[in-house]
Amino acid sequence: MSDAASYNFAYLDEQTKRMIRRALLKAVAIPGYQVPFASREMPMPYGWGTGGVQVTASVLGADDTLKVIDQGSDDTTNAVSIRKFFERTAGIATTTHTSEATVIQTRHRIPEAPLGEGQILVYQVPIPEPLRFLEPRETETRRLHALEDYGLMHVKLYEDIARHGHIATTYAYPVKVDGRYIMDPSPTPKFDNPKMDMCPALQLFGAGREKRIYALPPYTKVVSLDFEDHPFEPTKFDRGCALCGSEGIYLDEVVTDDRGGRMFVCSDTDYCESRRAEATEGGHALHEVPR
Amino acid sequence: MSTSAVARGFADPVHDSQKVFRRALDAMAHPGRIAQLGTHIEPPAPLFATSASLLLALADYETCVWLDDTLAEVPAIAEFVRFHTGTRLTRARREAEFAVIAEPEHMPPLTAFASGTPEYPDRSTTLIIQVETLANRGWQFTGPGIRECASFSAAPLPPDFPEQLAANRARFPLGVDLIFTTQTEIAALPRTCRIVEAA
Repeated sequence: MSDAASYNFAYLDEQTKRMIRRALLKAVAIPGYQVPFASREMPMPYGWGTGGVQVTASVLGADDTLKVIDQGSDDTTNAVSIRKFFERTAGIATTTHTSEATVIQTRHRIPEAPLGEGQILVYQVPIPEPLRFLEPRETETRRLHALEDYGLMHVKLYEDIARHGHIATTYAYPVKVDGRYIMDPSPTPKFDNPKMDMCPALQLFGAGREKRIYALPPYTKVVSLDFEDHPFEPTKFDRGCALCGSEGIYLDEVVTDDRGGRMFVCSDTDYCESRRAEATEGGHALHEVPR
Repeated sequence: MSTSAVARGFADPVHDSQKVFRRALDAMAHPGRIAQLGTHIEPPAPLFATSASLLLALADYETCVWLDDTLAEVPAIAEFVRFHTGTRLTRARREAEFAVIAEPEHMPPLTAFASGTPEYPDRSTTLIIQVETLANRGWQFTGPGIRECASFSAAPLPPDFPEQLAANRARFPLGVDLIFTTQTEIAALPRTCRIVEAA
């Protein structure tokens, strides 16, 4: 018997999927609010995307095309193994091209190519509670969310400024969703925060160990927290990608030898590859984002 | 009634449920957008095939479903829902995760259903409201899922429904979420919808 035939479609049993689907519908109806769900044990350790995998398994259909990225990259361990997991248990099509994917699971970046309506972006979330390091008790953080009492978070950002002269949070940068809930956008670099605002794609967040699901419907206002005199600033790079030459994208530092040699390249491998393919095919300058 | 008389459910439960769920997710993510919900099941009237397929896809032994009087009067409907989902049927509206309404003109007020608690606003009822027509005109909505403004209306509904929708939004994050169904279509109005113009 083939792998796909020996498991239920997409690994999870139907009752689990229904439970997650109900949680997802409530998550979309209350943007930024963390819906508790009965997270299952998955055949991978916590921290490897058990939440994201359960969300993906519950939304995936036979005609979906899945892309999985790990920090922008399609070909690192986590991405490859999750992609294979769904190839084997669901028998669905997979891709590395952002524009071809209907469902994209990510840890933790948002692809450089703009997402479109109808696409679903699934985030793997380690710690869904943005207030957790400020208040360890779940009963208290629940109450703070209920009362919309977010003073703690502003004090934290203020202390950053007092100590460093600027807001030193560079990833998992807290956002306010549609003027109500403060949400942890997962440890996505703050460079990607502006892409969440009014994004045409549906964004779903799954935290397996912490047993929480939350969501951003398409076209939802997502504001990174800041102060009038210290406005939010996404990370900027003073150079372009060493391979494709793109600017204004998120870069990874790659050490090339043991004598301090290094290069900065696109974190989004699909974006980098398509830019390079375009440059060699057309031989013309690249200004537009490839779709 | 013998079990052999229960109308058939999904032909392919795994993929049919997934398709129905994705339509519902899409509807919830795009308030006011009307989508076709093709389904082959034939539940006992007056339960629509669309409403029945939502129950089959989402309800199970962990949920509680409330049926309005029109639906509750037909024993075959309770039998159908229980047989295919294993869900509990309740007469207490505030207990229900899902409520199905076949006679929307005389439906109870939205506040009669569970609207969650401030700590757990998700513990609220999703109403499946069967109507005759859905249209992309009439009321104007803004809110998450809507790029600028969405026009949407359903009929028939109680005359004070726009005021009820506004009150439902005013209680955010508490509130109920609405899925409207016709014989072939679905559309949703989650609690985030702000009604800006009642036509």
